[in-house]
Amino acid sequence: MQMKLNRLLAAGIFTLIPFSTAMASDGINSGDTAWIIVSTALVMMMTPAGLALFYGGLSRYKNLLNTYAMTLVAYCLASVVWVMWGYSLAFGPDKAGIIGGLENAFLAGIRVDSVSGTIPTYVFVLFQMTFACITVALVLGSIVDRMKFSSWIVFTVLWVTLIYAPIAHWVWGGGWMGKLGALDFAGGNVVHINAGVAGLVLSTMVGKRIGYGKEAMFPSSIALTALGAALLWFGWFGFNAGSQLAADGVAGSAFLVTNTSAAMGALAWMFIEWKMNQKPTVLGLASGVVSGLVAITPAAGFVNMPASLIIGGVAGLFGFYSVAVLKQKLGYDDSLDAFGVHGMCGIWGAIATGLFANPSITEGAKGLFYGNPKQLLIQIISVLATAIFTGIGTLIVGYITKLVTGGLRVEGESEVTGLDNTLHGERAFEIQLS
Amino acid sequence: MKKIEAVIKPFKLDDVKEALNEIGIQGMTISEVKGYGRQKGHKEIYRGAEYVVDFIPKIKIEIVVEADRVQQVVNCIRESANTGKIGDGKIFVIPVEEALRVRTGETGADAI
Repeated sequence: MQMKLNRLLAAGIFTLIPFSTAMASDGINSGDTAWIIVSTALVMMMTPAGLALFYGGLSRYKNLLNTYAMTLVAYCLASVVWVMWGYSLAFGPDKAGIIGGLENAFLAGIRVDSVSGTIPTYVFVLFQMTFACITVALVLGSIVDRMKFSSWIVFTVLWVTLIYAPIAHWVWGGGWMGKLGALDFAGGNVVHINAGVAGLVLSTMVGKRIGYGKEAMFPSSIALTALGAALLWFGWFGFNAGSQLAADGVAGSAFLVTNTSAAMGALAWMFIEWKMNQKPTVLGLASGVVSGLVAITPAAGFVNMPASLIIGGVAGLFGFYSVAVLKQKLGYDDSLDAFGVHGMCGIWGAIATGLFANPSITEGAKGLFYGNPKQLLIQIISVLATAIFTGIGTLIVGYITKLVTGGLRVEGESEVTGLDNTLHGERAFEIQLS
Repeated sequence: MKKIEAVIKPFKLDDVKEALNEIGIQGMTISEVKGYGRQKGHKEIYRGAEYVVDFIPKIKIEIVVEADRVQQVVNCIRESANTGKIGDGKIFVIPVEEALRVRTGETGADAI
């Protein structure tokens, strides 16, 4: 994505300068525009459908609807925050490489005939919005079953504004990380490392679930989780191939490596789990799919097919190790493994991009294996900077939220009864055994 | 009168019911229950988190018969519910003081 953006930033066209309809219609490519509109719709589906099912099925039955509610409300809130000020903070005129200005708040200065690259700016705004939405929704995987709904709402608004928008600006909006040369095609840093680390921090602030490690916490429905993983996979084609912001050969290559990596991730997770725990689980397959997708995200427009076999396979193993071994040892309650899957596999993806980036895919993107060790260093710097910023930032946002809503956590009795009942007054299924 | 309570594997219910019909037992009450004995439970692993499921689904059959038929019914259940594997279940025999048919008010052996 940033390759494209650098081009359009260089052209200096997409913020304030109004231009004539004639110029605009010259700049718009209808094929690119159609593809990005479709991609946006695909990425949109990932949050209230894909992620909601994926997380909802993993949460306990008594909290299934609460998980849906947090996902859906995160999508709605981030949508609104994005068009009010989020977009401007991320993609408005650069201020010292750190943040965008508020010149485009409420989409001021953007008109029907404004162009970003070869697509209408409105389409670009919306495509980027779906990324902000899913990133904050990913965080909730770490804190399901116990966070106050009001706290989640306040947290979402603050986090998109203060954490997501700046990091998106650094990488894609003309900020320092993009200028440094960090490669993040579709959001390894911006989306996955960011959300994973934020989830880890928030889960330690909210604390462990009552009974964690002592009582059995069965997922409500692995069937829903598997369906959610499939919808995430489907939507991810828009996420990665759409991030080229054009309907061209690189988009096609991104499409190819995305699917290959997802499939390899699933197979690797399944086989390692089969060997270690004697059973190939459906949850393992679904988790492996997501691991492979996460890892290929930063690399999608830069690596070739053979690299994606390795990136996906390692992601499956790494994801399994993170959630089945590392988490059990460290003892934090990252309930649905936002950190274990998105954070850890996102880090692997960012590093892998520094290794496998192949200049024959996207010119100028060259990794260690193609004679550019400096790229690996830049990738490591980008990972550390993202993790540190989001780690500290989320801590601060968490404390502000705690002050505003009087604590982050529901009462113990509500937690034991279940949040579907106590927060929403509903139940996910009416099951009658006849 | 005696009540025979048999806890069996769910998939053996049809076999047991047919066998009992053949020896002339014309009614029974069943319930879906959970429990464990020597079979113990099983474990399920979700992303490395291991949960032991102690209670295994079973079917409980309750039949009330006259005392002289107890041995025949118990044998019939034992034969039809037997798979030879651990977890086949148990049979209990309990004395029953009185029986009454709601519709007619008949009591004792006439009511069963």
